[in-house]
Amino acid sequence: MFDLFLDDAPALVVVLPLIASAIIAFMPSKIWPWIISMIVLVFHLALSLHLIEEVSISKIIIYEFGNWEPPWGISFKIDGVNSGLQILFSSFVLISTFYSRKIFLNEIEAEDTGKAYSLWLLAIGSLNGIILTNDIFNLFVFLEISALASISLISLGAGLNRKALLAAFNYLIIGAIGATFYVIGVGFAYAMTGTLNMNDLIIQLSQYSEGQLAIFAGMSFMLIGLMVKAAIFPLHIWLPAAYSYAPSAVSTLLAALATKTILYFFARLLFEVFTIYENYLIIFLDFILFPLSVIAIFIGTLIAIYQDDIKKLLAFSSIAQIGYITLAFSLRDHSGITSGFVHIFNHALIKGGLFMSVGYFAILYKDRVTLSSIKGFGYKYPITSFALLICGLSLIGLPLTNGFISKLYLFQALYINQMYIPIALVAVSSALAVVYFWKIVEQMWFSDIKPKPEKEDPSIYFPIWIITISIILFGIYSSPIIEFSTLSADYLTQGLQK
Amino acid sequence: MSNSFLLLLGIATPLIAALFSYLTRYNNNLRDSFGIIGGIVTLIISLRVFHGIQSNEIFEITLFNLFEGVDFTFRVTPLGSIFSLVASSLWIMASIYTIGYMRGAGEKNQTRFVIFYSIAIHAALSIAWSGNLLVLFIFYEILTFSTFPLVGHKQNSESQSAGRLYLSILVGTSLIFFLPAIFWIWLETGTLNFQDGGILINKFPTEYLSFLIALLVFGIGKAAIMPIHRWLPAAMVAPTPVSALLHAVAVVKAGVFSFLVVIVYIVGPDYLLQTNSSDWLVWLACFTIMASSIIAITKDDLKARLAYSTISQLSYIILGAALASSLAIKGASFHIITHALGKITLFFCAGAIYVTAHIKKVSELKGLGFKLPLIFLAYTLGALSIIGVPPFIGSWSKFYLIMGSLEREFIFVAIILGVSSLLNIYYLLQPVVIGFTQTRKKEIKLIKSPLTVWPPVITGIGCLILFFYSDYFIHNVNRVIT
Amino acid sequence: MNNFIYFWNHFAFILLMMGGLFIIITSQNYLKKIVGLAIFQTAVFVFFVSLAKVLDGTAPILTKSLSVYSNPLPHVLILTAIVVGVATSALGLALVLQIYKNYGTIEEKEIENLELKSDK
Repeated sequence: MFDLFLDDAPALVVVLPLIASAIIAFMPSKIWPWIISMIVLVFHLALSLHLIEEVSISKIIIYEFGNWEPPWGISFKIDGVNSGLQILFSSFVLISTFYSRKIFLNEIEAEDTGKAYSLWLLAIGSLNGIILTNDIFNLFVFLEISALASISLISLGAGLNRKALLAAFNYLIIGAIGATFYVIGVGFAYAMTGTLNMNDLIIQLSQYSEGQLAIFAGMSFMLIGLMVKAAIFPLHIWLPAAYSYAPSAVSTLLAALATKTILYFFARLLFEVFTIYENYLIIFLDFILFPLSVIAIFIGTLIAIYQDDIKKLLAFSSIAQIGYITLAFSLRDHSGITSGFVHIFNHALIKGGLFMSVGYFAILYKDRVTLSSIKGFGYKYPITSFALLICGLSLIGLPLTNGFISKLYLFQALYINQMYIPIALVAVSSALAVVYFWKIVEQMWFSDIKPKPEKEDPSIYFPIWIITISIILFGIYSSPIIEFSTLSADYLTQGLQK
Repeated sequence: MSNSFLLLLGIATPLIAALFSYLTRYNNNLRDSFGIIGGIVTLIISLRVFHGIQSNEIFEITLFNLFEGVDFTFRVTPLGSIFSLVASSLWIMASIYTIGYMRGAGEKNQTRFVIFYSIAIHAALSIAWSGNLLVLFIFYEILTFSTFPLVGHKQNSESQSAGRLYLSILVGTSLIFFLPAIFWIWLETGTLNFQDGGILINKFPTEYLSFLIALLVFGIGKAAIMPIHRWLPAAMVAPTPVSALLHAVAVVKAGVFSFLVVIVYIVGPDYLLQTNSSDWLVWLACFTIMASSIIAITKDDLKARLAYSTISQLSYIILGAALASSLAIKGASFHIITHALGKITLFFCAGAIYVTAHIKKVSELKGLGFKLPLIFLAYTLGALSIIGVPPFIGSWSKFYLIMGSLEREFIFVAIILGVSSLLNIYYLLQPVVIGFTQTRKKEIKLIKSPLTVWPPVITGIGCLILFFYSDYFIHNVNRVIT
Repeated sequence: MNNFIYFWNHFAFILLMMGGLFIIITSQNYLKKIVGLAIFQTAVFVFFVSLAKVLDGTAPILTKSLSVYSNPLPHVLILTAIVVGVATSALGLALVLQIYKNYGTIEEKEIENLELKSDK
């Protein structure tokens, strides 16, 4: 009987959370929504593992919805590029859902727990759809579902600070503009090729090997629309407010996964679908994405240094880190794509761990977590603080953490492309990151107060420490991540001439 | 017992000692004994390794692969065998001394002290036996983090600000200068392994070599070249066993050792000599030597004076590395041994004077020489070794260094070394002179503390006697650069 | 000149789209922003549906007598997009309501002032 399920695993991975979301939407209970979510996500992880196993044998899985053959029907595709991301996604959502129980209880009204988890699962299901989909319009649908879910989740933070409403509203407007731009692009692509299926699109586009203005316009709209959603400078405006005023569990999920899945699709579009238009790629990547990434890295880091609110600090730091990823992708070659994917993995873990730790501090004091409010926390909450320390050290790239591996591969990619000035720039930005990290460490351990250690909640620090241990583990034994990333790059560079 | 196993045992022993010290923390004698036991075990292993290097044995073990071209490897180089011998032999002395000092001075939190002390020794040994630059960097950082609680041990505001300065300078320089240099080397050569003759030749662009050397010498903050030297005098607020072992032996020696090992096994002295890329460093080291000697003269606090003397002596080693001639490097390598022995004697004596008579300042040492003859005798022996007079072992390394500077025709450098010795005579022997010539007005109470007296006496006599057994060390020194 | 007439749907689309974006960017009132968003999105929908028209095609419902149909696929896609647009507007309106409850106003400037005052 299980076989029935397993055949439909690609669909179930998305559908199961969505169904569960509908079920728990109006549950008044405080605990059952969480329990059901956990059960669903355990199945989710099991299905993801099964998918990985299958992909390692058959190399590509294409799942056709309703058994409609492409290009008529919508299909999901799992191959070397997104299988690793799928595993990361499933594991991380499980851990963060486990983490979220107490966090939600503290930050939201008790009767809203059902709705919160319903939105949570909605976000998870739709984000997973972004990872798996092989249809460009289907992406828009999932993009919007995840946006709506995220917006609603962010607005749940209004109980603590009403700025969450403004943040959610801004995200709604800007995100909708971005998504609509993407739809315009999809429309152009459809008008020129008659198909929405990505595999078919590649075939159809090849008849326009010289490229046509309409196609370029369409591509531009699609890419810019995705850039809004992925918070690539200068379309990142919505991110800092959204991540910092959202409830802590929501910040964790969004910061770790939301932008990463879109960056993955961005890479796929660029390097799988649009590869034949080399000139366009050169212009877009070298003249637009590359300088914007460099600016993002510096702006993000510099503004983070001046932040007092720690969640905002981490949000701006995320903008810089997204800059690293897009910098890597803009190199257009195998090493660049590899290092981009490496950092997608590693940064999800790092930011997840950081937001989780800060989230714990947030619920302890129901107030904004600022540099002044965390004085002495290193002594008061040693377990969580130490996890935060390790995640932060990984952010700045200390050896033996996975952040070091990311930096290493990024430097290598830049070096192979003989881009020495960017190497210096990235090194300088890493040094600057030390500044804002040091500010946090200084307040936590080197302030004038030294409180006694207090008991910390195991149900919270346990998931935080799982993430932290994986950060160290992947810093020492980085092969799984490197292999997944190299596999992704192998797939995506098949079309690249370089 | 295979060589690889020996290596791992040596590295693990201080950690095991730390663990046992923690487990026996309620029994003071048992807890403190593990430092000594650990020291004896590591000394035996270090001697075996030292000896083995003389017969060209290989001590190597690779644990796992970190990333492309870099494994987690331990491997003993001739230079590494020198450093590990120094660290482990003096650990025993320091452990005995620590017992006397901590109990005599009534320091609190002795368990925490012993545990982090052992971990620091572990880090120092791992640095000595690291097989490549990344492993060295990892344990270099571990050394910083494990010595930080030792520096701030007293937990008063002075110690805290000293601790902060210590941490920020050392971690800051290593992240901002050292780590990028390591990245750069890896990018250009694809490896970080230590090899005879270095790995940069023919691979690293010559025009950037001076810049790389700058990144390295300022990034290895523990080598305390100016202006990265401020942490050393600040760290003197720590209890003297910390100053003695760590800042005369382990921490600072880890710094200059790291720099020397990078010059010899990564950059390659030949490459340096071909390109003259480190000549600027020769002058910076000379400046540091002179400036810190002059500052030392102005210091009345004995430990501060010894701290600046250390900065000066460390730059001797950096000077030797920068000169890169065969004799200079051998002199620098040998200086690791001689300075460690001499300086630890001096610091032990400073601490003993504090424990016995509660005196910290040089000016207050009047007439104390007659009351504490053994301590002053040990001090004199150590001082003479640092100054570099025969028949003390320090004279050998100084001789090599002077010869090395002449080998490269830097006559001015040789003169500076000579002048520095004169300054050493003044500021190192002044306490002895004050102790024996001036008379005391008030009588002071003396607290006998034999455990703080015998270690310096032993190391001081060692400075004298080992002069005649220098051959034993010269064997390894000669293998550093072929 | 012919182009203007032949491609009139493109120009209408551009006008509407830019109009919607202009409203979003320049209006101070949150409600107006949502209206602007709706206009912007409607412009896109109108455009694609207009692209679906095949000359001399009829409504895409199978009949025995007719053989040329307009393309139904864009209609279907746009239906989905309309639904998404409706949901977005609904969510936006709900948010505006909450903002009004929390701030007492839905003018951007006034809310900024309120936040500045409370930050002091």
